[in-house]
Amino acid sequence: MSKTSTTDPAPAGGSEDQDLGDAGAQLSTAPKEEAPSLPSLGVIGWARWFWRQLTSMRVALLLLLLLSLGAIPGSLIPQTGIDATKVAEFRKNNPTLGDVYDKLGMFHVYSSVWFSAIYILLFVSLIGCIVPRTWQFVGQLRGRPPGAPKRLTRLPAHTTWRTTAEPEQVREAALALLKRRRFRAHLAGDAVAAEKGYLREVGNLVFHLALIVMLIAFAWGQLFKAEGFKLVVEGDGFSNTLTQYDDFKSGNLFTQDDLNPFSFRLKDFTGTYEMSGPNRGTPRTYQATVDYSEGAYGKDRHQTVKVNEPLTIGDTKVYLAAHGYAPVVTVRDGKGEVVYRDAVPLLPLDGFATSSGAVKVMDGYRNAKGEKEQLGFQAFFVPTYNGGAMVSQFPALMSPVLALNAYHGDLGVDSGLPQSVYQLDKKNMKEFKDSDGKLLKKLLKPGQTMQLPDGAGSITFEKDIKEWAQFQISQQPASGWALGGAVAAIFGLAGSLFIQRRRVWVRAVRGADGVTVVEMAGLGRSESAKVPEELGDLAGTLYDQAPAAPDPADSPDPAQEPGTTTPVPAEGADKQ
Amino acid sequence: MTLAAATNENLANLSNTLIYSAMAVYTLAFFAYIAEWLFGSRSKVARTAAALTAKPEAKKAPAVTVNQAGGTAVLERPKVTVRAAAGQRDVPDGPGAHGGDEQGDLYGRIAISLTVLAFLLELGGVIARAASVERAPWGNMYEFNITFSTVAVGVYLGLLALKKNIRWLGLFLTTTVLLDLGLAVTVLYTESDQLVPALHSYWLYIHVSTAIFCGAVFYVGAVGTILYLFKDSYENKLASGGRPGTFATSVLERLPSAASLDKFSYRVNAAVFPLWTFTIIAGAIWAGDAWGRYWGWDPKETWSFITWVAYAGYLHARATAGWKGRKAAYLALLAFACWLFNYYGVNMFVSGLHSYAGV
Repeated sequence: MSKTSTTDPAPAGGSEDQDLGDAGAQLSTAPKEEAPSLPSLGVIGWARWFWRQLTSMRVALLLLLLLSLGAIPGSLIPQTGIDATKVAEFRKNNPTLGDVYDKLGMFHVYSSVWFSAIYILLFVSLIGCIVPRTWQFVGQLRGRPPGAPKRLTRLPAHTTWRTTAEPEQVREAALALLKRRRFRAHLAGDAVAAEKGYLREVGNLVFHLALIVMLIAFAWGQLFKAEGFKLVVEGDGFSNTLTQYDDFKSGNLFTQDDLNPFSFRLKDFTGTYEMSGPNRGTPRTYQATVDYSEGAYGKDRHQTVKVNEPLTIGDTKVYLAAHGYAPVVTVRDGKGEVVYRDAVPLLPLDGFATSSGAVKVMDGYRNAKGEKEQLGFQAFFVPTYNGGAMVSQFPALMSPVLALNAYHGDLGVDSGLPQSVYQLDKKNMKEFKDSDGKLLKKLLKPGQTMQLPDGAGSITFEKDIKEWAQFQISQQPASGWALGGAVAAIFGLAGSLFIQRRRVWVRAVRGADGVTVVEMAGLGRSESAKVPEELGDLAGTLYDQAPAAPDPADSPDPAQEPGTTTPVPAEGADKQ
Repeated sequence: MTLAAATNENLANLSNTLIYSAMAVYTLAFFAYIAEWLFGSRSKVARTAAALTAKPEAKKAPAVTVNQAGGTAVLERPKVTVRAAAGQRDVPDGPGAHGGDEQGDLYGRIAISLTVLAFLLELGGVIARAASVERAPWGNMYEFNITFSTVAVGVYLGLLALKKNIRWLGLFLTTTVLLDLGLAVTVLYTESDQLVPALHSYWLYIHVSTAIFCGAVFYVGAVGTILYLFKDSYENKLASGGRPGTFATSVLERLPSAASLDKFSYRVNAAVFPLWTFTIIAGAIWAGDAWGRYWGWDPKETWSFITWVAYAGYLHARATAGWKGRKAAYLALLAFACWLFNYYGVNMFVSGLHSYAGV
């Protein structure tokens, strides 16, 4: 790889690259910038032109900018994947704009065609850039650092002196010194050529490869992910099958068999809250104690699930997502027989756990006439009631009350249409009337009972108030790969940004007067103060082994171009 | 319990006092920096013009001098000579705000001493705040802001201690620190308090501290970039034979050369970019534990991604023909604007999972 041309490389004022010839080449594997020019005709010509454009730095840069631009709308416009109710609200408030957004995929930006197009093009460009660079780099590793350019004075850092030592001695000393400093060095003609910092290129390639790994891992995770929610009242359990979920979403390629077999039982939920100050009522601890077992015959194990500490089973994680109260109510018929006793989970409406829901008695109830009927109660629950409106003053159970409105008739649950367990469908329900002929309603304290009129029975708010926890159960495969890719990306990035790739040449030749002239020069990929510093250090060390010869009468340095440069003492010189 | 609460309240008050004291001292430092610039304007240096308008031979003056140690003994040793790369102007760095004026220099030194004092006060304020709430002081925007400016000043002082040519940054830095603190104590102030459960994680220390540090360093880089743009157009004007205004001349002559400023901001941004990558990844790991997915396009996540891509674009632009120099600098500013929007804009105008405690 040494320089073959014997002619003067360039006239004064020629460009730097011409001056350096091979010496400056391939200090990185960065693609050459070509001016965009129109291709010759033909499909292949166009394809080649397109490919060259796509893999050029300029286009990669534009795609990067487009990617960041394209990500913006997703952060400002509600997204179905994040909050579907907000999207519905937006559509209702802006019907025209909503339609336009729909056509543009603005409600699911990150899975829209145009956003995917940007990042897929970017990654194709990336691959088209990395593969040739890797081959080139392998070639560089198998080759040797290029030989010294003809005129070392033209390099960014340069030094020279005349020495009493023989040229061979100097070259040997330089070779040994450079090898000791872990340069890849070899003797080429009258000079030693050395290079160091290959890890920069390694880092660069690792970083970009890691990005591809991360993208694939993320895509894989999205395709095979499963995510669902389950509300569990204290004492109840959950086993990981599709039918048990309240709400379930999965990636396009997910199948039921991918669900990990496990089950758990919620033993206890504990929440504590800030008692005073401006953030009174803000949760301080939230934790659910569960017993879980893996597989069909797994052993029961005990675990506490907190907000930041999910229960991990294989690649499934069980998170604590929400919590609320489930008052236990008992419904009796006119004969005093218990027809219903259960904890009724209610949904919190505000930060202080003012909750609402419904009690539905579907089977087993007969009215005073002995006819089969269903009962329904609208329920409002407040954990801390201070009188007045049904609004909670604090999220903990300090003075709980339960307000009930009573109905009877047909709940509509047998029609086969799905309905919310938290709402009553009152279409076929009749109100129970109180003595004034109004809807029967009552505010109950724990242990109190509301009698239904005309011997229709009663409903009791039991003293035992349970809590429920909602769990998010998600399974995202390949997250280990994503993490590995991320770690590799950081290390690669650090390598490619912090390591300098540089070359050093040491030429030692006998001058016209028979005295050895040593010339050293350094070249870095980017102009860095480190290159001359290191060169000075090397020169200082080499100087000790090849001390200066007495100066001939005031002749200027043979290689020094007057006025080009200003001498400064070498680094190594004043260190010793 | 009440005793502990009282101690905490005392600490919180102490923290506030320290922050206000720091603001007062920063203000003094600000005036001292102003004095430095004012006295510095007495010196009439015109190196840039000299370097750019001199005859071709003289134009090839040294771009960089390495380790200018004197003494005859060393003179015999080999000396490294340095050339500027082709196509770059050989413009010497300015002398700094004091412009070589002795009195200016004195005020500059006073200003730095005051900055150190203010930094210590502010640091004390942040620590007292942390002690009063018994956790890392990064639970709300007020706490972010005070930590952020402390770190920015810390970075500046650290670079000064490493003998980097960065003293010129002082005035710009104190100005923004005062703005930042002013915003913190007026608009963003939040009583000291505990964290919501979602923030109870050691990832808080890792993710938030690196985020704040990155922001502070990006900020320093952005100031360098803005000054680069000014200085570059100043040099361009001189090179094309124009005559910049006297104020511009006075100020810009004293700053480092455009090439040095450009290199400075590149280094600062490039040095912190891997850390910013780490911040996002740490956030993703935390999100994986707290919210059930490591990446979910939450507005904060999206904007840190946008910021990351913008900075990545800047780093690539620096190595791309036709984008080097001013265009790359505009990209760097755009990237920093993304960072700022991610911090202020997303917290204030967009609701997402990162909304906690007040603002």
